[in-house]
Amino acid sequence: MKDSFFRQVFWSRFRTNRFAMAGALLIVFLFLVSLLAPLITPYGPDDLDLYHVLMPPSGTHWFGTDDLGRDVLTRIIYGARISLKVGFVAVGIAVAIGTVIGLVSGYYSGRLDNILMRFVDIMLCFPTFFLILAVIAFLEQSIWYIMIIIGLTGWMGVARLVRAEVLSIRERDYVMAVRALGASDTRIIFRHILPNSLSPVLVSATLGVAGAILTESALSFLGIGVPPPTPSWGNILTAGKEYIEFAWWLTLYPGLAITVTVLAYYLVGEGIRDALDPRLKR
Amino acid sequence: MIAYLAKRILLLIPLMLGITLITFAVVHLAPGEPVEMQISMNPKVTAEARERLKKFYGLDKPLHVQYAVWVKKLAMLDFGRSFAPDNRPVIDKIRERIPITLSLNIISLVIEFGLAIPIGILAAIRRDTLFDKGMTVFVFIGFAVPTFWLALLLMYLFGVKLGWLPVSGLHSLGSEAYGSLRWLLDMAKHLLIPVSVAAFGSLAGLSRYMRSTMLDVIRQDYITTARAKGLPERTVIFRHALRNALLPVITLLGLSVPGLIGGSVIFETIFAIPGMGQLFYGGVMARDYPLVMGILVIGAGLTLIGNLLADLGYAFADPRIRHGQGS
Amino acid sequence: MTRGVIAFLAMAMAFMVLQSCDGGKGATRVPKRGAGTPAYGDAIVVGSIGEPSTLLPVLATDSASGDISNLVYNGLVRYDKDLKLEGDLAEQWDISPDGLTITFHLRRGVKWHDGVDFTSRDVLYTYRVTIDPKTPTAYADAFKQVIKAEAPDDYTFRVSYAKPFAPALESWGMSVLPAHLLEGKDITKSPLARKPVGTGPYIFREWVAGQRVILESNPKYYEGRPYVGRFIYKIVPDSSTMYMELKAGGIDQMGISPIQYQRQTGTADFTSKFNKYRYPASQYTYLAYNLRNPLFSDKRVRQALTSAINKDEIIHGVLLGMGQIAHGPYKPGTWAYNPRIRDFDYNPERARALLAEAGWREKNSDGILVKDGKPFQFTILTNQGNDQRLKSAVIIQYRLKAIGIEVKIRVIEWASFLSQFIDKGNFDAVLLGWTITPDPDIFDIWHSSKTGPKEFNFIHYKNPEVDRLLVQGRSTFDMSERRRCYYRLQEILAEDQPYTFLYVPDALPVVSARFRGIKPAPAGIGYNFIKWYVPKEEQVY
Repeated sequence: MKDSFFRQVFWSRFRTNRFAMAGALLIVFLFLVSLLAPLITPYGPDDLDLYHVLMPPSGTHWFGTDDLGRDVLTRIIYGARISLKVGFVAVGIAVAIGTVIGLVSGYYSGRLDNILMRFVDIMLCFPTFFLILAVIAFLEQSIWYIMIIIGLTGWMGVARLVRAEVLSIRERDYVMAVRALGASDTRIIFRHILPNSLSPVLVSATLGVAGAILTESALSFLGIGVPPPTPSWGNILTAGKEYIEFAWWLTLYPGLAITVTVLAYYLVGEGIRDALDPRLKR
Repeated sequence: MIAYLAKRILLLIPLMLGITLITFAVVHLAPGEPVEMQISMNPKVTAEARERLKKFYGLDKPLHVQYAVWVKKLAMLDFGRSFAPDNRPVIDKIRERIPITLSLNIISLVIEFGLAIPIGILAAIRRDTLFDKGMTVFVFIGFAVPTFWLALLLMYLFGVKLGWLPVSGLHSLGSEAYGSLRWLLDMAKHLLIPVSVAAFGSLAGLSRYMRSTMLDVIRQDYITTARAKGLPERTVIFRHALRNALLPVITLLGLSVPGLIGGSVIFETIFAIPGMGQLFYGGVMARDYPLVMGILVIGAGLTLIGNLLADLGYAFADPRIRHGQGS
Repeated sequence: MTRGVIAFLAMAMAFMVLQSCDGGKGATRVPKRGAGTPAYGDAIVVGSIGEPSTLLPVLATDSASGDISNLVYNGLVRYDKDLKLEGDLAEQWDISPDGLTITFHLRRGVKWHDGVDFTSRDVLYTYRVTIDPKTPTAYADAFKQVIKAEAPDDYTFRVSYAKPFAPALESWGMSVLPAHLLEGKDITKSPLARKPVGTGPYIFREWVAGQRVILESNPKYYEGRPYVGRFIYKIVPDSSTMYMELKAGGIDQMGISPIQYQRQTGTADFTSKFNKYRYPASQYTYLAYNLRNPLFSDKRVRQALTSAINKDEIIHGVLLGMGQIAHGPYKPGTWAYNPRIRDFDYNPERARALLAEAGWREKNSDGILVKDGKPFQFTILTNQGNDQRLKSAVIIQYRLKAIGIEVKIRVIEWASFLSQFIDKGNFDAVLLGWTITPDPDIFDIWHSSKTGPKEFNFIHYKNPEVDRLLVQGRSTFDMSERRRCYYRLQEILAEDQPYTFLYVPDALPVVSARFRGIKPAPAGIGYNFIKWYVPKEEQVY
C-alpha cells in the first residue's frame, strides 16, 4: 500500500530528528499530565490560602504559592489543560475554515477563486493581534470566545497552503482520470484531493497551536485573557509579573512552561515538514 | 514594468475597499452600538436630542448607507472624532503616534533581517552542524518565550540591577536640551531592549525561511555546474547561490509588517512607549469606535503599502518581471 | 473639590495620593538624612498608569486628570492638613445667621497664568457652566441647590440656598475656571482641555501625548513660589514597569502595593533612596448589588452573601493586614462613624440558612443552588488596573462557590465601565471603591432620587427612612443632630446590606528621599506639596 509505505518513510525520517522527537515526547508528557492532574497534585487549582501567600518553593509547595496562596505547581498542571485546549480548539477552527476555503478556491478556480483569494489577501493585511483585541474587548471574558477569535483570525495561511496543494494535485493524471470516469466533485475533493493536501496543513497546524498559546499569554498580560479563577499559563505569569524581583517562582515556572511547550510544538512542526519534504531524500 | 506597476496600484483600490469593509463589519457586528456610546457619554441628552444626534451621525440610515458615508469621509482622510473626553480628531491622535511605532518597527526589521539572513545562510551551508542545531534552538526560543516576560526580565537586569540602561520610555528627562548626538545616543539606549526583544522574537520565521531557500538553491543544477566548473566555494555561494536565495526574502519584508504592528501593543504597553499599539489598546478598551476603526484601516493600509513596496522591489530585482515577461 | 469630584476619582483607580483628601492618623515614616536647606529647583517625577483625559476639571472624571488639575487650579476653599475647610481663592467668607447665604470675599492680586486678574466673574462663570445642561459634567448637583448666585463687585461672590445645605461650603472647593478664556464658547471644544490656564501653584507647560505632562512652578503664586521647579507626570501603563522605574530612579513618587511595601522595600538600598508612608486612605472598597435584579431583591440573600464572605481573610491576603474591615460607608474614627455597627461576620452556616429561608434550597449537579429551576449565578464587574479589587473578587468567588453560588468575574476599562454598564444598570454586582469625604453627606450615593444615568445610586437602593435621614442630615448645621442621622443611617445599611462593605485600605505612597518638608497629617502627604524641597546639593534635574 502506498499509504503505509509513506507512513514508514515519514516515521523513519521523523524519528531520526532528535529535536522533533524530544518535542513530541514533551507534548505527550503534557497531555498525560493534564489528563491525570487530580492524581498528581493534592491541591485544587482554586484552593486559596490567604494566610500563606507568596511562599517560596518548599516540600509542601514544590513551586511555591501565588499571591492568593494557591499552589503554583497545581495551577501550572491545570493550566496545561487550558493552554492545550486553547491551542487545539483555536487551530481546529482555523484549519477547518482554511481547508474549506482553500479547497473550494483551488478546485473551482476562476472568479470564486479570485474573490476568495483577495479576501485572504485583505485579511492578511490586518495585524492579527489588533483584530483579536478589537473583537475580544467587546465580548464577555470567556475562554471560548478567545479560542474562537484566535481561530477566526488564523485560517488564512492554511487556506493558501491548501489551495496551492489542490492546484498542483488537480492537474495530476489520476485526478484527471477519476474525473473522466465521471466521479462527482465532492468525491474527487474528499477522496483524492483532501488526503493529499493534509500534510502541509499538519505542519501549519502544529505551528498554529504554538502561536495560539502565545496569543493567549499576551491577552492575559493585557488583562483580557482567560478569566479568573481558571488558571492558564498566561494568567499565572501575568499575576507574577508584579513580584518578578522576589517571588521569582511565580514567573519562572509558567514562563518556562510556555517557552518549552511552544518550542516543542515548533520543533515537531519543523520535524514533520522535513520528514514530508520530498527534496530531502537522501 | 510600468504596466506592472499600474496594475499593482490599481489592485490597491479593491483591496483597500475590502479593508474598510472588514473594519466596518468587525466594529458594527460587535455588541454595543457605537451610537449609544457617544450618546451615553452625555447623560443629559434628551430623547429628541438623541434622535437629532443619530440623524447628525447618519445613524438612522441603514448600515450600507452608513458604510458608504464613512468610506467617503475616509477617502478625504476624515476619520471622525475620538469618543474620548478630549474629542480630538482621530487622524491627529494617530498622526502623533504613528512615527514612533513605524520607526521602532523599521529598526526592529533591520536588525531582524540583519541577523536572520546570515544565520539562515550559515545554517544552510553548515547544515546539520552544531552551529545549525544551536541556531535552530536559539531562534525558536526567541519565538517561544513570551515577549512581555523576557522584556521584564531584561528590564530588571539591565535597568534595575545593573543600572546600565533606562527602564522605559523613549527619552531621558531633559533630553530636549541635549546636542543631537547625545540625544540620539540617549534614544538608542532607551530603544535597545525593546528593539532587541522584538527582533529576537521574529528571528525564527525569517532565518528558517532563509535556510530552506538557501538549501533549495544549493541543490539546483546551476550551482552543481558552477561547482563542477571548479569555482571556489566562496564564489559559488556568494556570487551565485546567494543572489537567487535572497530574492524571495524581499517579499517577506512586506509580510512581516502586520506581525510587528500587532506585537507593538505589548511592547508599547510594557516599555511605556507612546505608539499606535498603546493607542489602539486604549481605544479598544474604552470602546472608542472611531479610533479603533481608524487604526485598523491605517494598520492594514500600511501592510498593503509594505507589500506593494516589497513586490515592486522583487519585480525590480527579478529580471523576468523587470522585462515584462513575468506578469 | 466637590464631593462629586472626589467620589468619582476614588471610583477610578486611585494610584496617586497627591493633594487629594486622603488622610488619617498614625501615618508612619522613617526619617533619614538631615533636613538640608530649602532651595528652589529640581523636579519631581510622578508615575501614573493612566493618561489624563481632559484638563478642564469640570469635564474630567478620572484620577489622572485630577492629579494635574489640582496643581493648576484653585477652588474658593480647600481642606487643610487636618481636613478643616480653609480659604483658598476666597480669603474669608461670611455665612448669614440662617445659614442660607454665603458671601465669599475673594483674594485680591491673584492672577491667571496668562496674567489676567482673577475676579468674581470667573467664579460666577464656573458656577454657570457647571449647572449648564449642555455641559457634560458629573458635578452639577451641589451647585443646583443654589437659588441665587451673584457677583456684586470684582472681589465679592454671594450664593443663596433655599434651605440649609450642610455641604454648601465644601462644594465651593471646585476648581475655578478662567471666564475670560471660556465665556461664550463651547466648553467641550475648548483648547484649554489640553492647555489649561489656572491660578494654581504650577503652570501648565507641555503635554506629550502618551508620555508625560510637565508643569512648572508659578513664581507669582499667591502663597509664594513652590520650591520644586517642575512637576512631571509620567505615564507608565504597566504597573510592574512603573515599580522598576521607581527603583531605577526614573520616578520619584508612586503609590505601591501592600506586597511591595512589606516584601520589596525593606532593603537598605531602598530605604536609603526612598521614604515610604502609610496611613488609612479615605476610601472604602465594596461589593454592590444591582437591586433591580430579582436575584438580589431579597434582603436575606444579601445578608447571606455578606455572611459568606470572609473580610478578615481579604484584608490579610490582599492588603497583608494593611487596612481595616469596613462595616459601613464611613472611616473608622471619624465623627460620623458609628462604632457600634457590626454587620454580618463570616459565618457560612448562617449564609446557608438565610439562603434556604429565601428559597434557595436545592442544588444542581454542579453543586450550585437552584430556585424555580434557575441556578444562583452572577457576574462581578470590576475596573481594569486595580489589582486589589480583582484579587478580592477572586476570593469572594471562591467563598461563594463554597455555599453553592457561581460567580464570574469580568474586568472592564473605566470609561466603558461607566458608560456601558453602570449608567445602563447593566450589571449584577460591582466591586468598586468610594472616597470617604470629610463631610459625611452621602446623599448622592444613597438617596432614591439619585438613580439616573451618571448618578451615583446606580444600584437603585430605595429606603424611605434612608431618604429622610439623608435630607435631614444635609439640612442642618447642628453636629449632634447630623451625627444622630448618620448613626441611624449606618444601622439601616448594616441591616439592609445593599453593599457588602469590604475594607478601608491604607494609602502607601513612596517618595524619593531627596524630597524634604513632607509632613504626614490626617490629610495625607500631598497637602503641602508646594513646601516640599530638595536641598541644592541633592538636586538631580
